[in-house]
Amino acid sequence: MGDERDGFERRLREARTRQGLDKPAGSTGGGLPTGSWGIGFRAGVEVVSALVVGVVIGLLLDRWLGTWPWLFLLFFVAGSAAGVLNVYRLFSPRRPRSKY
Amino acid sequence: MAAEGNAIDALSQFELVPVFGAVGRSVGFSQSSAHMLLAVGLITGLMIWGMSRRAVVPGRLQAAAEASYEFIHELVVGQVGQEGRRFFPFVFSLFMFVLFGNLLGMLPFAFTFTSHIAVTFALAAVVFIVVTAVALAIHGTHFFSYFFPEGAPKLLAPLIIPIEIISYLSRPVSLSVRLFANMVAGHVMLKVFATFVVMIGSAAGVLGFIGAALPLAVNVALVGFELLVAFLQAYVFAILTSIYLHDAVHLH
Repeated sequence: MGDERDGFERRLREARTRQGLDKPAGSTGGGLPTGSWGIGFRAGVEVVSALVVGVVIGLLLDRWLGTWPWLFLLFFVAGSAAGVLNVYRLFSPRRPRSKY
Repeated sequence: MAAEGNAIDALSQFELVPVFGAVGRSVGFSQSSAHMLLAVGLITGLMIWGMSRRAVVPGRLQAAAEASYEFIHELVVGQVGQEGRRFFPFVFSLFMFVLFGNLLGMLPFAFTFTSHIAVTFALAAVVFIVVTAVALAIHGTHFFSYFFPEGAPKLLAPLIIPIEIISYLSRPVSLSVRLFANMVAGHVMLKVFATFVVMIGSAAGVLGFIGAALPLAVNVALVGFELLVAFLQAYVFAILTSIYLHDAVHLH
């Protein structure tokens, strides 16, 4: 449809993208706001919350099984890995089978 | 206001005090609960009263009600897909509750109930339970394959599964902490700069008045910024809920 008018639609889209009126396709990050502060804060929250969950699970299991401090250490590492995973998912574009 | 002596008291605004006299004290009815009731009342009023005329050309209230409805409807359908429409009432209630909580907190003398981790975590826990229940209802035990991506070597299962479970469990934590931290940080900043205005303004006569204009200008800008944050955080809460619902409906 746009081609009939020598690619008017396409050129309009490019011009709008250049002026920052439209976001370039595929960089929407799942529709979330993408300011540098917002992304930074989000990444920090993701890391810290995964770490907190890991540490809490480790502490509870330790208290239950009496294995202090081994499970705590194990889940501390697992929590850090989960935090990194969260941030990786935050930045990787959502693929069809992506779990975010 | 907050400048007792020379200390900056930015945190007392988050203290809970019982309201409605002896009755409120005995059941622990704080101003936070009162503001929640007010928010629910305002949302219900906006929806019922705004839509009561059913005008073809909407008035102001009807336009606001329709705009919020369509905004969240589009968001849910866009994120979850057509089958996500049955979750619209859930996401819409969450969005409006958080939005009105954030906006009510911007009024003078009002309380921001979303600045308490107990409130935001309760909301996030509801989201977490609903999302998990939806996933279990739709996929049954197949839901647990979520924690182990197909195609990964079986040898790595003891490594991947705990990490995936922790990542899944960290969702309500990050969801609640994000909202809570944003609201607390904003209101602390507002209070600190408001205290500066009073401290400088009462310090040195005419010079003090001129000096107090600077933090006052910052505060005016901050109020505008906080209104943006109030809307943005409600939006983020709603969109993350729909993203989690998408995962629950489609799993992979």
